[in-house]
Amino acid sequence: MSDNNELKKKAENGEDLDHLSLNDDRRVKVLSPGAMVAKRFFRNRIAVVGMATLIFMFLFSFVGGLITPYSEAQQFYRMDMQNKQYAGVTLNSEFRFAVNEGQDFNSVLQAQMTLAMLQNKDSFTYRDVSYDVTEEGKDLYSVTYSGKNTVLAIAYKDIISSSVQGSSVPFALQYGALKAYTNDETSFTVDGTAYTIDEDGGLFRGSEEIAYISRYVAQAIMPDIFLTRAFKEELAEAIDSGDEDFIFTDENGETHEYTITYDPASKTWSVMQLTETLVFDTYSAPSKEHWLGTDRNGMDMLTRLMYGGRVSLIIGFIVVLIETFLGVIMGGISGYFGGWVDNLIMRLVDIFYCIPSMPIIIILGAVMDAMRVDPQIRMLYLMLILGFLGWAGVARLVRGQILSLREQEFMTATEACGIRVSRRIFKHLIPNVIPQLIVTCTMGLGSTILTEATLSFLGLGVKFPFASWGNIINDVNDTFVLTNYWFIWIPAGVLLLLTVLAFNLVGDGLRDAFDPKMKR
Amino acid sequence: MRKYIIKRILLSIVILFFVALIIYTLMRCLPTSYIEAMARQKSMQPGSKSFEEWMDQLTKMYNMDKGIIPGYFAWLGSLFRGEFGDSWKWTVPVVEKFHDTVWVSFVMGAISFVLELLIAIPLGIIAATKQYSKTDYTISIIALAGISLPTFFFASLLKLLFSVKLGWFDLYGLVGRSYEYLTPMGQFWDKAAHLVMPVTTLTVLSIGGLMRYTRTNMLEVLNADYIRTARAKGLSEHKVIYTHAFRNTLIPLVTIIGGSLPGLFSGALITETLFGIPGIGYASYHSMISGDIPFSMFYLVFLAVLTLAGNLISDILYAVVDPRVRIA
Repeated sequence: MSDNNELKKKAENGEDLDHLSLNDDRRVKVLSPGAMVAKRFFRNRIAVVGMATLIFMFLFSFVGGLITPYSEAQQFYRMDMQNKQYAGVTLNSEFRFAVNEGQDFNSVLQAQMTLAMLQNKDSFTYRDVSYDVTEEGKDLYSVTYSGKNTVLAIAYKDIISSSVQGSSVPFALQYGALKAYTNDETSFTVDGTAYTIDEDGGLFRGSEEIAYISRYVAQAIMPDIFLTRAFKEELAEAIDSGDEDFIFTDENGETHEYTITYDPASKTWSVMQLTETLVFDTYSAPSKEHWLGTDRNGMDMLTRLMYGGRVSLIIGFIVVLIETFLGVIMGGISGYFGGWVDNLIMRLVDIFYCIPSMPIIIILGAVMDAMRVDPQIRMLYLMLILGFLGWAGVARLVRGQILSLREQEFMTATEACGIRVSRRIFKHLIPNVIPQLIVTCTMGLGSTILTEATLSFLGLGVKFPFASWGNIINDVNDTFVLTNYWFIWIPAGVLLLLTVLAFNLVGDGLRDAFDPKMKR
Repeated sequence: MRKYIIKRILLSIVILFFVALIIYTLMRCLPTSYIEAMARQKSMQPGSKSFEEWMDQLTKMYNMDKGIIPGYFAWLGSLFRGEFGDSWKWTVPVVEKFHDTVWVSFVMGAISFVLELLIAIPLGIIAATKQYSKTDYTISIIALAGISLPTFFFASLLKLLFSVKLGWFDLYGLVGRSYEYLTPMGQFWDKAAHLVMPVTTLTVLSIGGLMRYTRTNMLEVLNADYIRTARAKGLSEHKVIYTHAFRNTLIPLVTIIGGSLPGLFSGALITETLFGIPGIGYASYHSMISGDIPFSMFYLVFLAVLTLAGNLISDILYAVVDPRVRIA
């Protein structure tokens, strides 16, 4: 090489090269066929751009996944203000029953009593036992066996509930308190203890509040939440004045916002608390942490794109590898042997050409959906199916090339040398087909990636949790995403387009570079 | 010539036989979930037979009780009697559904095919005559981009631009909401407006292939000796290209165009599904994902017939158009 350079320099300086004989190798720069191809390829600017794009895509997919701080299926969360069901409130319009300790007053009797109360009777009989009903106050009744004094149960509409968490109000106190409340008395005595009732319905023993009376029944949705009296009162006030929302500060000083909605069908008010909740960070716009935002599952889009590229490229390569492997063997055998073998294989190729591959893959995809195939195994099947359906083209190409090569002198020479048949095919014929094969494979890579993306887009190819460029764009089936979240589907589409285009450009460039007839 | 055609047709029939066998085998290997679902549904009805009895009856009804090979011949037999069965998904005879849908697909395919010819061939010729110029590179890159565009991505872009941002066309469907109240003329324009985006998609995606084919063939012709002779004679460049070169380029073009004519009936599976156009592709996509064996079977065999017909037509045309080809 240094010799050559030296000679070149000499030639440029006008020194004569006569001392070299005419057929000296050093007079001409000798390039190997490979170097010629490379030279021609790199002169084609578009192909070089395609090559650079491909290199970028590989780095993006394979190195990018290592650099990014997130993993493929890492989900992100954010705090969000959400209305959560907090409590339900009903205005009690039904009689409720409280049964005295040690007495039996079952629901059949309760129903009988309700009937009697509604009909304003003061007694009723059930199974030969008669009962007396006494009106003790407004919407407060008590029941006894006829002619006896012991109260069996009381029926009431105003509800008395304990102010102390976890404790209940004993029957006697309940009875006494309700009796006093409904008759608008402010004090009463039960078992020798004096109690007072204030105007809001609070029940006090001395100065200690033990219970309160209200017609609103408020119940927390979650069993572990205790609704304080103050909260219930404010809630009742808000409902009375018809407010739709109110703010309450609890004893710990925390302020919460509540919204009240009334459902006429069930006659209940449902109270929603606006609370901060941890949710998946879905469809968040591009930001410093997530350069391309997050997707439907709260995963980082850029990271998904990197892993998606990995899947798309790997699937492309493996499928093309399978296609080429099958195609070269079948085409090689067919072209070399000719005769009935050739005929048989070519008819097989015809059949495979004729099978509509896209519909078949769609059907198989739907079947795998129905059988709930594991996503990883599914990917493997996908590659096998795509490869198996695609070898016919390669076989036809290889056969055609071999048919013309077989007639050339160097093949006669191999025969004369007595080289083994397999060696003749794979050592002497196939290498001559490789240029065309490389071009077809490069172009095939592009179209395989497209097919895989289309399938994944339809939801029949690569499945969640694995990413592929096609199933990332799948989200666009939701018109809301199509309209509002460009960052979900446009980047994946552009990457896909660029990759396939780059494969085609490189394939085109290689075809031109391999063609010895090319003028440039 | 006649002998050649007859031989080719017979060969095609043999190939078709095996393709249909493969498709039939595949279909039979599917889990028979559709029949099961139907049997379960029927056995739920009050006073009905048990699930097993329904299952037996339905499998017998759909010829699924036989083995694959006898079943295939039974299917072939009914095919020759002109019975294609009823579609499970659409609950009408397969032929009727086919008849309802295929014309929409054909119209769509035909429009985009004409557009493709009108755009791709002139562009291909320009690119070839100005080889290695900026025009050539631009046209080639556009053509390659068309080939490389994923259908669904391009369709989504069109939807975003023309339906969402500009509001010119509807997102889905063949007819608008007020179709029933329009005059016949208005109905025609309504359908036409709904076809604009699908036809654009189909055209843009198909231009690339034909354009490159035209360019390659034109280049080959331009390098031929008789073109050099024509130039040496002193003919104008215009005459050389459009009279001598273009006519010879037409030979491969006519064969490939003739060969793709049957494909106009095959429908565009992805495009129709994306735009909700009720053509044959849309119908068969939904049949396929819901396991409708009679309709999918019919559609797949129909596609195979179209492919074979296309190959046959292009081979025959090749022999007819090019006087240099002589078939023994």
